[in-house]
Amino acid sequence: MITTDICIIGAGPVGLFAVFEAGLLKMRCHLVDALPQVGGQLSEIYPQKPIYDIPGYPEVKAQELVDNLMDQIKPFKPTFSLGERIDHLSKQEDGSYTLTTNDKTQIHAQVVVIAGGLGCFEPRKPVLENLETFEGKGVAYMVKNPEQFRDKKVILAGGGDSALDWAIYLSDVAKRVTLVHRNETFRGAPDSAAKVFDLANQGKIDLILSANLKELGGNGHLASVFLEDKAKSKIKIETDYLIPLFGLSPKLGPIADWGLTVDRNAIEVDTRDYSTGVERIYAIGDINTYPGKLKLILCGFHEAAIMMQSAFKYVYPDQKLSFKYTTVNGVNSF
Amino acid sequence: MVTFTVEDHDGNRQSIEAPDDMGLSLMEVLKASEYPVLATCGGMALCATCHIEVLEGKNGLGEATDVELDQLEALPEYFPTSRLACQIRISEELDGAIIKLRGEDN
Repeated sequence: MITTDICIIGAGPVGLFAVFEAGLLKMRCHLVDALPQVGGQLSEIYPQKPIYDIPGYPEVKAQELVDNLMDQIKPFKPTFSLGERIDHLSKQEDGSYTLTTNDKTQIHAQVVVIAGGLGCFEPRKPVLENLETFEGKGVAYMVKNPEQFRDKKVILAGGGDSALDWAIYLSDVAKRVTLVHRNETFRGAPDSAAKVFDLANQGKIDLILSANLKELGGNGHLASVFLEDKAKSKIKIETDYLIPLFGLSPKLGPIADWGLTVDRNAIEVDTRDYSTGVERIYAIGDINTYPGKLKLILCGFHEAAIMMQSAFKYVYPDQKLSFKYTTVNGVNSF
Repeated sequence: MVTFTVEDHDGNRQSIEAPDDMGLSLMEVLKASEYPVLATCGGMALCATCHIEVLEGKNGLGEATDVELDQLEALPEYFPTSRLACQIRISEELDGAIIKLRGEDN
């Protein structure tokens, strides 16, 4: 069990800066992020893109901002659980919270701060009637352990880099790999696309172009997939697995079940302190909403500062909070 | 001002008027008109939650960029007329166009 004052869900720029604001008030933070690295969208999606609206920086690259934030919070020794997602939240008798990740890491915190940005990136699912019945029974949305597919028949669907890369990789592992794509060409890396066409010519991959997934068949476990080709005729393929790879889409994930007031994938907060309707749970940055909300990093920074002043009373119930400037007081590391 | 038509998921059509001199995107106007467009990423062509179809007026609306096509073609459901509303600027080209809302999340 990890014990901390504040558990921050999301290690994007706002989650990181929240550590600084907490640190000034002598509150320790543990951060959890579903991505394997800190920085959120900035590191994952646009690390090399310049940002122009961070006060004091006429221009800063996204990754550079993240690196600087990591430097800035170093004195406050934050700890991290990366590549993990908070699945459960349970309130303790004294009002504090115990959080559990999908890897069963447990974190005990006085205050929970949701700085989850766009939410968790989850796989996009094709629209197929009985898709859910076969999830985990032949339908998988990612390849976690390629050995699972050794000597099995696998159908991959999609035309992006991951569909191409896995088709190439699994052609050596699986008994049979079929790649289904709705177009004639691939938008993924040209090298990978060329390799896939090569493997198809050598008979190592079955490539079915201009076709769409239509129907799944099987009794308990997936056994066949029906496709529809350009001429609208139906093709049946016997298979053990179907792996649809249609990219990722941001979803609120388990947070949606925590009893918070959610409006269109965002958490409603009170602008006095960015608290949610549930005591000791706050939401800051892109994941919250309120009248006049702007999804800007700088607004998230502001929210973090205000929010930590409010959280102080839960961490130090017997102390009176006195506001101090860093220019007067300095930054006193832990 | 330009006027165009929006068809929602139930097939209802409504005429929308929007200023063409404020640098707004179609996504922003759809949101402002209370359509259920999530636009989670805020207009960076990252989430495809503002997926629409341009039923009429396609030629005047410009070509989708590579970033936009990457998103669109990754969607489970995608049409030759598909666009991301966040990547379409409100301009006079949109006048008279017919837009249909798409997307699983909307």
